[in-house]
Amino acid sequence: MEFVLAIGIGVLIGSGVFLLFRPRTYQLIIGLSLIAYGVNLFIFSMGRLKIAAPPVLASGGPVNPADYADPIPQALVLTAIVIGFATAALFLVVLLVSRGLTGSDHVDGREPN
Amino acid sequence: MGWMDHLVIVPVLLPLVTGAMLLMFDERRHRLKATINVVSTILLALVAVSLLDIADTPTAANKAAAIVYLLGNWPAPFGIVLVLDRLSAMMLVLTAMLALPALIYSLARWHKSGPHFHTLFQLLLMGLNGAFLTGDLFNLFVFFEVLLASSYGLMLHGSGPLRVKAGLHYIVINLAASSLFLIGVAMIYGVAGTLNMADLSVRIALVPASDRMLLDAGAGILGIAFLVKAGMWPLGFWLPTAYNAAAAPVAAIFAILSKVGVYALMRLSPLLFGAGAGDSTGFGDSWLLVGGMATMAFGIIGVLASQAKGRLAGFYILISSGTLLAAIGMANAPTTAGALYYLVSSTMAVSAFFLLIELVDRVQDPAANVLAVTMDAYGDDMEEEEAEEEVGVAIPATLVILGICFASSGLLLAGLPPLSGFIGKFAILTAVFNPNGLTQGSTLSLSTWVFAGLLVVSGLAAMIAITRSGIQTFWAPIEGRVPRVLLMEIAPVAFLLTLCVGLTVFGGPVMRYMEQTAQSLHSPGTYIEGVMNAPRVPPPAREAAP
Repeated sequence: MEFVLAIGIGVLIGSGVFLLFRPRTYQLIIGLSLIAYGVNLFIFSMGRLKIAAPPVLASGGPVNPADYADPIPQALVLTAIVIGFATAALFLVVLLVSRGLTGSDHVDGREPN
Repeated sequence: MGWMDHLVIVPVLLPLVTGAMLLMFDERRHRLKATINVVSTILLALVAVSLLDIADTPTAANKAAAIVYLLGNWPAPFGIVLVLDRLSAMMLVLTAMLALPALIYSLARWHKSGPHFHTLFQLLLMGLNGAFLTGDLFNLFVFFEVLLASSYGLMLHGSGPLRVKAGLHYIVINLAASSLFLIGVAMIYGVAGTLNMADLSVRIALVPASDRMLLDAGAGILGIAFLVKAGMWPLGFWLPTAYNAAAAPVAAIFAILSKVGVYALMRLSPLLFGAGAGDSTGFGDSWLLVGGMATMAFGIIGVLASQAKGRLAGFYILISSGTLLAAIGMANAPTTAGALYYLVSSTMAVSAFFLLIELVDRVQDPAANVLAVTMDAYGDDMEEEEAEEEVGVAIPATLVILGICFASSGLLLAGLPPLSGFIGKFAILTAVFNPNGLTQGSTLSLSTWVFAGLLVVSGLAAMIAITRSGIQTFWAPIEGRVPRVLLMEIAPVAFLLTLCVGLTVFGGPVMRYMEQTAQSLHSPGTYIEGVMNAPRVPPPAREAAP
């Protein structure tokens, strides 16, 4: 399972970085989103992978911490998702403004030639 | 727990509430929004100054000179904390002192040239204050995002193709850096199991050797995120273009944005990788030193090469960041003390310079500049609007006053006596040349000589560049038309320059404060103890059951 997750994160971030080096604004926003997904998975994996383990303690009875997943990375991921979503929306607006002002979707606002 | 104990959270709450409140009013009610914003910023400045006073006077209850505010009353490593110590108090005051002039300046014209200026401005202040106050790495990320998100909006304030283009680059680079920030934070959490800065500092020494590499990788990635914000050499090419494109008051408040990255490094480098960090002691210091010096060299070349004054100021920010990064890389308390003084002085000077640029540029080609600004702001059919706007007192003897302000900000930027730029550089140089105190002789390394040389040459380069643009502006025009400058526009510049004069006159007390700050940064024992042992507020006594 670690292997699959590692490959997944690697593919997401690798494709994201590739797209980030492309000259079109649409490629940039897709690249940034892919990187954000990869990073979110990465944060999640830093709490160690456990299957079918709840992050919230059950009430009553003795508690064995080994039965539970680490809740902090999950909380961090939630925050990161919200922030990433908001910044992506903001970037989308700027992208459209740039497209409208310059008539080009090149990051420099004009075609290379 | 009296209301004074809650003062620590006011610098975060006050701008948040004001910013949210300003959203309720219609855009057309400029005057009301401006008044609310100014009142709130003045309140913020007062709070920041009183927090500085609290941080500087250790009491019996507060020996560590660090006030810890437990959010939600959870004990330190489990809950999120706000920590007020000398460094954060100083940065709060600096933020407020930059915010006030930038805001007043914007009221002359700029605040009307786009929607939600006042809201974004307050949210930017909230992000800055929060980043300076927080004692938790993830919370630092959140406040970074708050300040960046509002800076994206402010960067585009006034619109126009140039701003949108520079803003697009600025946003992409900062979003990518935020991803690095998250990766770094997650790796550090994965190894150390905590995100509280004080707790991390304790646990890093205990990390087993097998995990050490992962920890260093995490810290390195986190450091790169900070260095992107600070504009270190291979990561800082975006900075001059972005700052040049921003509207004058926005650029003036942006002067502190690059210092947020510097602040984070200044706080975390000695705390996490100071003397008590086991095998990781001194991690990254040589990188900071070399990178800082490379940034200074790049900034020097850029300052000499730039024609537009806005770019000149942008490259000067790179020089100032480079100086600070190299000084952090030296990793000793006296150099840090000098660097802190230099940070305050150079940030205020460059902020004043950004405000001044727009006024001075009106001398050169007033018609073109006014037209350019108007077209930037409104499109090209707004001639009447311009006439209606010129309300307020125009100052007499404009050229003399502009010239004096320009010359003094030049002195400050170049670091020449008698103003505070000189004292900052002098303090850094003294500390660098006498690492063991004044009396003991000590051998100096090559990097020390290179750093000192670059520091002196950077002053020379700034002086050459500013003299050149001063001559072009004030002496070269033949039919010198006196520009129209409002009192509201020149007063903020004068305010910032007066603060720099104040820094010079009260150099002794200020330097003492900086030395104490540097001492506590480099021996973080009291900071850690203060955070980890912060007392919880006892719950209110329950009424006895009947």
